[in-house]
Amino acid sequence: MLAIDARDKEKIVAPLFRTPRAFVLLVLILSALVAIGVAAYVRQVTLGLGVTAMDRPVYWSTYMVNFVFFIGISHAGTLISAILRVTGAEWRRPITRVAEAITVFALMVGTLQIVIDMGRPDRLPFTLLYGRLQSPILWDIVSVTVYFLSSITYLYLPLMPDAAILRDNCPSDAPAWQRKLYIVLALGWRGNHEQWVRLEKAIAVLAVLIIPVAVSVHSIISWILATTVQPGWHSTIFGPYFVVGAIFSGIGALFLAMTGVRKALGLESYIGLRQYRNLGLLFIAMNAIWFYFTYAEHLGIATGQQVEEFPVLASKLWGSFAPTFWVMALAMVAAFWVLVAPLLVPAGAAKVALFRPRLALASASTALILFGILQRIPMAPTLAALDTPNATTAAWVGVIVMLMLAGLGVAPWLKARPVTATAIAGGLVLAGMWLERWNIILPTMTHPRLIPYAVYTPSLTEILITVGSLALFTLLFVVFFKFFPSVSIWEVAEGRVIEEARSKIVVPAPEPSEAGWLRPRRFKL
Amino acid sequence: MTRWAMVIDLEKCVACQGCSIACRFENNTPAVSPEQAARGRAIRWNDVFPFPVNPTEDTGEYPNVKARYMTRPCMHCENPPCTKVCPVLATYKDEEGLVRQNYSRCIGCRFCTVACPYGVRYFNWYAPQWEDPLALRLNPDRLESRGVLEGPAVRPKGVVEKCTFCIHRLAKARARAEAEGRAFRGDEYVPACVQTCTGKARYFGDLDDPNSTVTQLEKSPRAFRLLEEVGTHPKVIYLREG
Repeated sequence: MLAIDARDKEKIVAPLFRTPRAFVLLVLILSALVAIGVAAYVRQVTLGLGVTAMDRPVYWSTYMVNFVFFIGISHAGTLISAILRVTGAEWRRPITRVAEAITVFALMVGTLQIVIDMGRPDRLPFTLLYGRLQSPILWDIVSVTVYFLSSITYLYLPLMPDAAILRDNCPSDAPAWQRKLYIVLALGWRGNHEQWVRLEKAIAVLAVLIIPVAVSVHSIISWILATTVQPGWHSTIFGPYFVVGAIFSGIGALFLAMTGVRKALGLESYIGLRQYRNLGLLFIAMNAIWFYFTYAEHLGIATGQQVEEFPVLASKLWGSFAPTFWVMALAMVAAFWVLVAPLLVPAGAAKVALFRPRLALASASTALILFGILQRIPMAPTLAALDTPNATTAAWVGVIVMLMLAGLGVAPWLKARPVTATAIAGGLVLAGMWLERWNIILPTMTHPRLIPYAVYTPSLTEILITVGSLALFTLLFVVFFKFFPSVSIWEVAEGRVIEEARSKIVVPAPEPSEAGWLRPRRFKL
Repeated sequence: MTRWAMVIDLEKCVACQGCSIACRFENNTPAVSPEQAARGRAIRWNDVFPFPVNPTEDTGEYPNVKARYMTRPCMHCENPPCTKVCPVLATYKDEEGLVRQNYSRCIGCRFCTVACPYGVRYFNWYAPQWEDPLALRLNPDRLESRGVLEGPAVRPKGVVEKCTFCIHRLAKARARAEAEGRAFRGDEYVPACVQTCTGKARYFGDLDDPNSTVTQLEKSPRAFRLLEEVGTHPKVIYLREG
């Protein structure tokens, strides 16, 4: 019989045996969306891929974007939790479970995108029967399979003691099948010394091994593009660029997921500001690295002036992909600011008239109106140069200044709401990273060498299947945490023991308090 | 060894698109509706198009157009980017240098269509359809054995197809030589586009035979290959105009 802390029992175990109405409603809505997606897919299989908006030369589009995006999100989990375990970051304890679950479900939905994209899904076994290891697709199959199997093991291993805890602490009115589920999954866990030693060893080994696997997965996805000779894809930095983007979007997904779980189950005492602050710092760093890579990648193409490559870049900067490209850039800058601003703005800033949400709203709308007016003025790309100062240039500067004012205005508001700010940043980055994948795959597809340039807008089928895939991911996540604890019970309990032992040691310098997030160090002049 | 190659003399080409039509009937390429064609879903194994493909400031505007016409079968590259990326060996270069496509192996992942810099590969977005009189007069030729379906055989939906240099004609010529009990000669077979060419602009033969027409023409100072800079070493050789 494994004992459980009363706090954990109330907050983590009890919700597993309740079915609130909101949960049922959420599952129903998500299932409906998934069903619509499935219907769209059945139609696509029956009629052919012609029901999508794909054509020649746009042979890959939305499904491929979804694939790269979902596999990117999957790096949330395993990679982050593995790195934090290996480096012994104590604050990881309450969020590892959520992170690992994201990995498993994102991998499932991501791999599904490839099957959806195939012209002959019935021939999927051919990849194993006749697989050519020279093809990057086979590299991908191998690495994603390894990653999936190790992620699912990595999710399951720390879940085993929790299943045993649930088995021993089931309420008397729990349904028989649920009780049986925990009995089976606990694999006869008794919690004796030998078992703990083995489990810790297994997790430690797996955490180290899974890091190179995760890095390989997204590198190989980038190499599917980079090993071709197509303009814009044939780049050496694609491997690290994609890995950085994957970790970046992974943290974004983790932010949204942990905030959702925290809100839904009231886990404020578990997932605290410490987790948000530390992950936030990692997020800011990844954001900066991502910008560096994006800049380096585009600078190379811009200065190379290759006849085939330059149109790809031009379409992003001021052509047909300018909206998605600049929305992406804006989303990333905003995500950066949302997390950095609270660290920079002094505590008393709210007293200054400049730092008012109302002012921020006003300047944001002014920027929007100015931008709307600018859209009506045709602008040649060469006019973007600053050597011809005129009203248009001034208006563009105005837009940027107004946006910066808006950013300053919301800073104290964000500072007062660190969790909301982090969730906003997570959402912005998820949207931005989806657009980033779009901006990598589609401009090259629409600007080939010997085929006329094309325009691509996704068809209803592709939109429905994309929405269905997102719903499927959320559904899997929600249903999983209906039956399994969203916070690793034993790991948190272990953390408490460590914390307690530490508190008995007298250390000269006190640890930074929880309020450190709200009260940053001031620079002394 | 044999290395099948084609030479296209652009000086003689009149851009009549006869090669395109001959290819369509020889290889059972389905005609798609005008709406589908406008969306870029027409299948033309042998395409004729203005060159450069995308107008730039260098190509000029009507009536001062500097554009030319280009006719383009599959390049049957010596170093094909498409076969390297195929995950299931549905496309491969055979020992005679032909880049072949097996419709009963292709899984429809379209990696080869993405990898080909020439855009010679086409995907069956829908199941192919023909209007009634055409449907009754399809070319019955096909290369078929267990797990193999090639040549003009009608393609199922969801697979990739491409120019084969009329590989069924090669198989038939070989079979005839064998039936007559003699050795097969390199000049016994030409693809349909070469046979039909109005301006007699196309030549076909064996690049490994020092006396063949294509080997002689390859030495011409007018000879060039499409997109030589991508390192594919095409076996379709063009002779420059002028």
